[in-house]
Amino acid sequence: MVKPAEVVSARGLTVGYKDKVVWKNADFSVKRGEFVAIIGPNGAGKTTMFRLLLGLLQPVSGELRVFDAKPRKGNQKIGYVPQRHTIDNETNIECIELVRLAHSGNKLGLSLSPAEEKKAAYAALEAVGATDLAHKSLASLSGGELQRVFLAEALVSGPEMLLLDEPLSNLDLKRIKDLVGLVHDVVRSRNVTAFLVAHDINPLIKYLDRVIYVANGKVASGTPEEVLTSRRLTQLYGTRVEVLKDSQGNIVIVGGAEGHHED
Amino acid sequence: MMIPLFAINFLSAFSGIFKYQFMQHAFEAGTVVAIVAGIIGYLVILRRSAFATHAFAEIGFAGAAGAVLLGVSPVLGLLSASTLGGIGIAILGNRATHRDIEIGAVLAFMLGLGVLFISLYTGYATEAYSILFGEILGISWANVLLTLVISAIILVVAAFVYRPILFASLDEEVAEAKGMRTVLLGAIFMVLLAASVAIAVQVVGVLLIFALMVIPAATAVRLTKKPVYAILLSVAIALLATWAGLLIAFFEPYPVSFFITSIVFALYLMVRLLVRRQR
Repeated sequence: MVKPAEVVSARGLTVGYKDKVVWKNADFSVKRGEFVAIIGPNGAGKTTMFRLLLGLLQPVSGELRVFDAKPRKGNQKIGYVPQRHTIDNETNIECIELVRLAHSGNKLGLSLSPAEEKKAAYAALEAVGATDLAHKSLASLSGGELQRVFLAEALVSGPEMLLLDEPLSNLDLKRIKDLVGLVHDVVRSRNVTAFLVAHDINPLIKYLDRVIYVANGKVASGTPEEVLTSRRLTQLYGTRVEVLKDSQGNIVIVGGAEGHHED
Repeated sequence: MMIPLFAINFLSAFSGIFKYQFMQHAFEAGTVVAIVAGIIGYLVILRRSAFATHAFAEIGFAGAAGAVLLGVSPVLGLLSASTLGGIGIAILGNRATHRDIEIGAVLAFMLGLGVLFISLYTGYATEAYSILFGEILGISWANVLLTLVISAIILVVAAFVYRPILFASLDEEVAEAKGMRTVLLGAIFMVLLAASVAIAVQVVGVLLIFALMVIPAATAVRLTKKPVYAILLSVAIALLATWAGLLIAFFEPYPVSFFITSIVFALYLMVRLLVRRQR
């Protein structure tokens, strides 16, 4: 029985593509309104987690429940921001059009209520503090501005869960801080559950309710204090790993996969 | 007083040319083709499908040349070959539009076939010339009607799938995650494109297909960031070039497609050089 507060639960979950297992035997659960980071080295299967939650990939074995149901494609309760490095330099379309299409782009025929769609798109841009970008061209935005617009694109359909795939890569430290703060505000003010894939946990650590650590074909989950310990990570990697803390609460993970704590 | 005088001459000349039925037909077909090309051209720019556009024209060339050889209407050959090509690429899947090498190989072969058919056809050799470079001035009433019907179908289908195709073109991954059938949408677009190319070939020919299917929309997206405005502008440019091209060609002994191509190219160049990109 899944408790009503749980929006995601996994039991003995194993995933892979064709003959290759990405990770196996994962158990974790996430409650409504939690801010969750998915951390791990490149190629460990973090994006795979999103593909599962979106119903784009079926598990090899085990059980995954999303909103107390099997994951399914086109779940309107989920807002997704895929990993994107750039937008095409030639895409000369204003931001509000993208957000508006995320609201009603799945409808057939010409729009009968453009004013309403625009209002919804503006509201979403307002929620991420990006109304000033509404009429700017997508191709002209900086990395941080683009991530704000993508977040608005995800929020416009009023989701209960956000999946953000590496929104922080290619951003400088200040923009990272701004964006993490923004996601945290959205999570708290709308009681939305957010999953955020990242390489570096430090900018996130003070906001997080839960960490899902993916490495070495295994998944560890819990509060940051539970997971980010030398003992748990050594267990996860199967090799000696040391978690060091500085005076500010920043952590450095030594050992395990090479360079996974860096961007 | 020079200007009004010129205007009167211009107007009388304009009404004069409509006394000729072949000019009426050319304007009718040219107008609907420009509208379709302007609209579909915007999606070509957005989806980066210029190469596929050219491929459909050249696949159509083989079809048209084959039809000439068989004594069938070249327009029917054009339409069926390029639409079959569209369905073929659609079956290969969405990503096929980016398979430049495969598409290149197929279109080279198709051009080769077209050359063979033309050389086998011992009759009127200008047929090949008009398929390659367009011959709107000789369009028959039957072909005008055919163009009208096909354009109407293209426009109805395009309006129906407009928003999903726009969204899937802009943000395919999110569209897919939202449960939209992005592969099917890509396939529908390919067939729409192939049919649009086939009717546009009548006006500007296989080799000048970009003049109507790409350049007007490419000019428009430099002037506006709003899709609806870009589409309207793209249609306006295609219409202006087609009408002006027909008008000039009536008085001058040079091909219509040359004038159309020159006008869209001049506009494109002007916009690129003079207008700062809207940001």
